[in-house]
Amino acid sequence: MKFVEYGEIVENIKIGANAYKMTIVLPKISAEAKPGQFVNVYTGLGEMILPRPISINEYDAEKGTLAIIYQVSGKGSEYFTTLPVGTEVRCVGPLGNGFMIDNEIKKNIIVGGGIGLPPLVELIKHLDGENHVFIGSRTTPILVERLEELGAKVHIATDDGSVGFKGNVVQLLDEVKPEGGMIYSCGPKVMLKYLAKWAMENNIPCQVSLEERMACGIGACVGCAIKIQKKGESDWQHLKVCKDGPVFFGDEVIWDE
Amino acid sequence: MSNVNTAVKICGVEMKNPVTTASGTFGSGREFSEFVDLSKLGAVTVKGVAAEPWKGNNAPRIAETYGGMLNSVGLQNPGADYFIENDIPFLRQFDTKIIVNICGHTIEEYCAVAEKLSDADVDMFELNISCPNVKEGGITFGTVPAMAEKVVSEVRKYCKKPLIVKLTPNVTDITEIAKAVVAGGADAVSLINTLLGMRIDINKRQPVLANKVGGFSGPAIKPVAVRMVYQVGKAVDVPIIGMGGIATWEDAIEFIMAGATGVAVGSANFANPFATVEVAEGIERYMRENNIKDLSEIRGIID
Repeated sequence: MKFVEYGEIVENIKIGANAYKMTIVLPKISAEAKPGQFVNVYTGLGEMILPRPISINEYDAEKGTLAIIYQVSGKGSEYFTTLPVGTEVRCVGPLGNGFMIDNEIKKNIIVGGGIGLPPLVELIKHLDGENHVFIGSRTTPILVERLEELGAKVHIATDDGSVGFKGNVVQLLDEVKPEGGMIYSCGPKVMLKYLAKWAMENNIPCQVSLEERMACGIGACVGCAIKIQKKGESDWQHLKVCKDGPVFFGDEVIWDE
Repeated sequence: MSNVNTAVKICGVEMKNPVTTASGTFGSGREFSEFVDLSKLGAVTVKGVAAEPWKGNNAPRIAETYGGMLNSVGLQNPGADYFIENDIPFLRQFDTKIIVNICGHTIEEYCAVAEKLSDADVDMFELNISCPNVKEGGITFGTVPAMAEKVVSEVRKYCKKPLIVKLTPNVTDITEIAKAVVAGGADAVSLINTLLGMRIDINKRQPVLANKVGGFSGPAIKPVAVRMVYQVGKAVDVPIIGMGGIATWEDAIEFIMAGATGVAVGSANFANPFATVEVAEGIERYMRENNIKDLSEIRGIID
């Protein structure tokens, strides 16, 4: 069940170089949400007609609140940074299917790149096994303390070497050689592409949460196409990131372009 | 409170109100039915259906623009058989009319889909001869009067239901195309389809859309659409379904005054999932407040 909800912003703060956290009162959406799902947030401005699809960082069904973490990457996200606490924003959600959680697995490998990290925070609250989080970031990453607070063992790779391993997160995985029964990941497409390859070489199933430009977020516009070749099928098909995903198995994604 | 009659008739098909959806912005109605009671709409115009499944264009397919958007979906659709089996029974649960939008790359493909759907339980056909996305397809037919007339007259042979032809605005004189499709046997026309547009990412120094160009829609195009509905209304004597940037009931009334019998809500569905119903309710309110008993009183009132 999806809801259109007008929620009051109760927090909108800068948490990193280019990242903001917004907490919104959304009782219906937060009661229904699952890890890895996203919400559409509308600017309400005539010149920006499309909703911004943003992954859910954490939700609290009891308090009826939901947090998103967004990167300032354009006019819409820039506008969001200006919204004071108390502002009402229209949201639609929860959207997408979220991660496929397998709690038979004793050891999970969780990989987040940049602004792909936020949805993995809610995810690890729902995973029973040991959680090994690998973060890839340009520079000092966000959310490390929160992940550790939730009991995760955190490994960090930064492009500039400011924290942890200097290099990318797949190189870090090569170095650490973690064992695990499932990889849960979210991040830039190029990172996920090499991660999926690493996962196949190491024979670990790998869930990747993707993003694509979308208009509706509910499967109607067919804008957010991703090439998927399901196991056992002879040809690829264009599936919708919003409705069929955003989480897919890495070995079913055709990583062209 | 006076009684008002919001119903309109298009080629003998009665819609409870003039509001429908612009093809491609509302899927098959299923997705939006979580937010909108489809029975409150005059008709649902479904996403383009081809004889066989189409894979569509590469992503990115969507780009936002000031007051609008570009799309280059490329008419991805699961084909006529899927539509007949899944979407018609779904839509028939609601008290609304079904307009099936059909597309093809060639006259043969257009005829093939019309033939496959000839006995299907739909109320009207909308022929897409204007989508700017498909190579060798829509754009060629919809921009040359003789070709437009030809494809309409061929498809007409397989169509047992009223045939609406959807016109592209990407022409020098839309009235010439309108006259040609009416000569070919169109029972009604719908306009406008998207305007061909482009956006460039100045950091990457490349087009935002994988297809480079795409269809421009949204509130920003409304004045162009109103003008074309007005011109076509003066040029041909068939009902018009007006669309292009309709986001509010006020927009819809403008189109009706310009000459439209039906009005379609398109990109506004993305900005506001309730847009269709809000437009329908607003029209009714406007009729009450202005003591308009039937929309024919204001339809095409602009000289």
